[in-house]
Amino acid sequence: DTGHSHPSTLNDRLLIKGGRIVNDDQSFHADIYLEDGLIKQIGDNLIVPGGVKTVEANGKMVIPGGIDIHTHFQMPYRGTTTVDDFAQGTKAALAGGTTMIVDHVIPDPGCSLMEAYDQWRQWADEKTCCDYSLHVDITHWNDSVKQEVDSLIKEKGVNSFQVYMAYKDYYQMSNSELYEVFSFLAERGGIAEVHAENGEIIAEEQARMLQMGITGPEGHVLSRPEELEAEAVFRAITIASQTNCPLYVTRVMSKSAADIISQARKKGNVVFGEPITASLGTDGTHYWSKNWAKAASFVTSPPLSPDPTTPDYLNTLLSSGDLSVTGSAHCTFSVAQKAIGKDDFTQIPEGLNGVEERMTLIWDKAVTTGKMDENMFVAVTSTNAAKILNLYPRKGRIAVGSDADLVIWDTDSIRTITAKTHNSAAEYNVFEGMELRGAPQVVVCQGKIVLEDGNMHIISGVGRFIPCSPFPDFAYKRIKARKQLAVLRAVPRGMYDGPVSEFSLSRGGTPSASARTSPTKQPVRNLHQSGFSLAGPPITPDDIPIRPAGRRIVVPPGGRSNITSLS
Amino acid sequence: MSGYQGKKNIPRITSDRLLIKGGKIVNDDQSFCADIYMEDGVIKQIGENLIVPGGVKTIDAGGRMLMPGGIDVHTRFQMPDRGMVSADDFYQGTKAALGGGTTMIIDHVVPEPGVSLISAFEQWREWADSKSCCDYSLHVDITEWHKGIQEDMEALVKDHGVNSFLVYLAYKDVFQLSDAQVYEVFSVIRDLGAIAQVHAENGDIVAEEQQRILEQGITGPEGHVLSRPEEVEAEAVNRSVTVANQTNCPLYVTKVMSKSAADVIAQARKKGTVVYGEPITASLGTDGSHYWSKNWAKAAAYVTSPPLSPDPTTPDYLNSLLSCGDLQVTGSAHCPFNTAQRAVGKDDFSLIPEGVNGTEERMSIIWDKCVVTGKMDENQFVGVTSTNAAKIFNLYPRKGRIAVGSDADLVLWDPDVTKIISAKTHHSTVEYNIFEGTEVRGGPLVVISQGKIVLEEGNLHATEGSGRFVARKPFPDYVYKRIKARSRLAELRGVPRGLYDGPVCEVSVTPKTMTPSSSAKTSPAKQPNQPVRNLHQSGFSLSGAQTDDNIPRRNTQRIVAPPGGRANITSLG
Repeated sequence: DTGHSHPSTLNDRLLIKGGRIVNDDQSFHADIYLEDGLIKQIGDNLIVPGGVKTVEANGKMVIPGGIDIHTHFQMPYRGTTTVDDFAQGTKAALAGGTTMIVDHVIPDPGCSLMEAYDQWRQWADEKTCCDYSLHVDITHWNDSVKQEVDSLIKEKGVNSFQVYMAYKDYYQMSNSELYEVFSFLAERGGIAEVHAENGEIIAEEQARMLQMGITGPEGHVLSRPEELEAEAVFRAITIASQTNCPLYVTRVMSKSAADIISQARKKGNVVFGEPITASLGTDGTHYWSKNWAKAASFVTSPPLSPDPTTPDYLNTLLSSGDLSVTGSAHCTFSVAQKAIGKDDFTQIPEGLNGVEERMTLIWDKAVTTGKMDENMFVAVTSTNAAKILNLYPRKGRIAVGSDADLVIWDTDSIRTITAKTHNSAAEYNVFEGMELRGAPQVVVCQGKIVLEDGNMHIISGVGRFIPCSPFPDFAYKRIKARKQLAVLRAVPRGMYDGPVSEFSLSRGGTPSASARTSPTKQPVRNLHQSGFSLAGPPITPDDIPIRPAGRRIVVPPGGRSNITSLS
Repeated sequence: MSGYQGKKNIPRITSDRLLIKGGKIVNDDQSFCADIYMEDGVIKQIGENLIVPGGVKTIDAGGRMLMPGGIDVHTRFQMPDRGMVSADDFYQGTKAALGGGTTMIIDHVVPEPGVSLISAFEQWREWADSKSCCDYSLHVDITEWHKGIQEDMEALVKDHGVNSFLVYLAYKDVFQLSDAQVYEVFSVIRDLGAIAQVHAENGDIVAEEQQRILEQGITGPEGHVLSRPEEVEAEAVNRSVTVANQTNCPLYVTKVMSKSAADVIAQARKKGTVVYGEPITASLGTDGSHYWSKNWAKAAAYVTSPPLSPDPTTPDYLNSLLSCGDLQVTGSAHCPFNTAQRAVGKDDFSLIPEGVNGTEERMSIIWDKCVVTGKMDENQFVGVTSTNAAKIFNLYPRKGRIAVGSDADLVLWDPDVTKIISAKTHHSTVEYNIFEGTEVRGGPLVVISQGKIVLEEGNLHATEGSGRFVARKPFPDYVYKRIKARSRLAELRGVPRGLYDGPVCEVSVTPKTMTPSSSAKTSPAKQPNQPVRNLHQSGFSLSGAQTDDNIPRRNTQRIVAPPGGRANITSLG
């Protein structure tokens, strides 16, 4: 082994021999040769330069590195920051077999999306140990935000934007705003992500809980029952379907929410559901723990369901394809930070761990139980995410030309999850004590070995930003076809030439006989008239450059019909 | 006896006392053959060989079905709309109802936002008392929300015999309430023991779609249905079911117009939600393909909200759900406008006054679509046209049943008569009938309202102003038995814990600097004045301050050292 004397060779070139390559569509035996962070050759008896470091896979599975599509590293929170920064967070990710993360940029309402994006880029570029991309959250909506979204898509490599249906008076958007955001994203080829919970009802329920004297973490889940999640998912799907926009539901936490997604998919909606490590691996019974700090460590929104059969159910839907992709929503706070809400559960900072445990947990819950096979495992941990974000096949596949992000997976390894040994800085681990089968043996990131023999060799700041381009085929092929079909046409009719009733658009009493004796002085308005005032003046031919042909017909073919007669 | 029949010199006897012989009495639970004797508008005796006073007018039913008069739970007679009034007033409307076998209607009071519920209610009472030909009751619509409305609701329930209130999820910026407001209204309704009714359509999306459709140059009635797709109805039904569950309030969905909305109701009922669905004559009898009619006036006659579904299989589907019990009760939402009134929206569909006819056709359509086709039997027919409505709105057994002591509102039903519905022969005043040309089997032969014959041999003898307001009490058993049991179970408890005694992070609620992280120094961000707020903190400000101070603390909160000694609650475990 001459590798030690040629460190540059050792780092940049790598041969993986005797592995079984597992992609989302098939598995096959072949060697892989990596150079300059790319997969250069796949096959048997490869011709490779001398002195290449060789890893013997011994028939074990070689899978594309995991993509954690949802993280919140180094997230600012009321003057503090989550305990796992981009270095700590990506280290934990790599330790678990995840070689790419997609973090959420959260601009404060009223602040510039672009500045927030630049801020996150800077934080991440300085510290990440693996490649990353960014989602941008839209926390308010106006024309300048629209402009920024446009430039983020066109110039900054962002194609996914999250909106909130919860956090009333803060991040929450109205249905009309959602409609406008979704319409705009559909036009520009973005993916609409949604945090689905009905914030209005939550606010009411929170006030009720606190009035009843329930101030502990159990109040968090009691004020956010799973119905409220399901309701919001249903509403988001309705709006997405109306605007013909692809929808991505982050953090699917409950059976009912998952059911709504799978029903919508059966009806043909373009919607993707993202269960997270926590909802696949544990449940909400811990909110009733007598240990306040432990209970608080489970606080996240939507909350974990108190129904203990939830994880199994979600794993089943993930296996059947009704849910498409997995993240961790990793967003960890220390106990002291969580204790900000010690007297009021609504003040507890939200978020839990899961970036390191994600792959192992899904292997244990879904593959060892026979719910899914190894190919499906690759799909839900890596490939589908790459396809949705338009990173495929650069990420999410073992193929010549793809990035050299690989994991040699040991299906037999068994280990126990505990905060004592995890790579996160948090004191609690929501999976504490779970014994899980399946783990990464070797992790290769950007063509370099970062985990081997249980030792991590990571370098902070090597992670690159990977731009995501708009109109991912995986979501937009169907959207585009539907757009062509969805052209609406007016009915060509003669002009109505009969009598027209007098009516008062603004104010006026009723002309009915009995109105004279009416005790109400207020004008009677129309039950059936929408109060919506049409933006823009009445339509004239100049306003609409492309008028539907049907509208031009004043005298329809066959002569003008008497349209006031009975027929 | 027969000698007195039709004698003009003793009208009092003939009108106040009536014997029906040889009929088959059909209630919602059973049918049986018996005679009925009624006096002073009340059923006095049921049985065979009844002993009745001499000189009583007698009707021979000839073995035909005798059923409780229909209750149309949803009418909008004489409804004001932008200075116009819907074409049928309480006289013409109730006359049409009686013509179809319906002997009671429940109309909607629609208070103008800004007007008190009580004064609107009194206005409607006045209109109806002077004109109604049959008994009636009133729902009150909640078109805005504040403290005064809550007080009005209490007064209406306690003093005015109202036990149902309708909220709107549509009509943005006019009647529409937000989710939080709906939550509060439902909480009040539950405490009062009333029924929450909902007009279920997502008004925000409808407004956006209307604008989009108009911008595309679609201004005719087809724009109405294109801007209100059935998904938008189903979404709102789903949302109101969620809010009702959350507040443990009984829910009643008016105007179920589409398959998807009906499916949401059916699913919610299977999960145990107390929810009732009301399809209307129009959704059971016709569909939305007519919005594309080249005759503008005809297309406009179908405009109602939620719209009729363009899917022609919808009526059959809704009739099936009505027959299996997933939908329970039927109304007509009768609110027709004449063509000149509709023409207000001739250049913009969103201005067309909304509402269709159906109070006269309701019973015949349901008989024809459900009973003739074998979907339901005669007893279920009585259930969905009369009894269920009486039970939900606490009128049972005074209304909705043929029993001693019940009101003498009866229909002698002829299952064999066939009739072609047409605007030429209907009792409504409008030029169009949306069921024009439909041939229906089954119709009323004799209609008795308040113990008097109002329809006989095809002749209507309706008396303007004879209808009484029927007060309804809160907490109907049919609805509230389950609600009450659930409120007892739904008590929530906090977890008794030791006080958290570990370190607490410093929080800057309005921090001066961006973030304390090391990289912040080099941050190019230019927004230092903007406080970094919490993603995870709800912006909701707690009403009533912190719970601790003034309110007596709960026992569980007093435990500082819990039983078994104080746990070290900051340790792992």
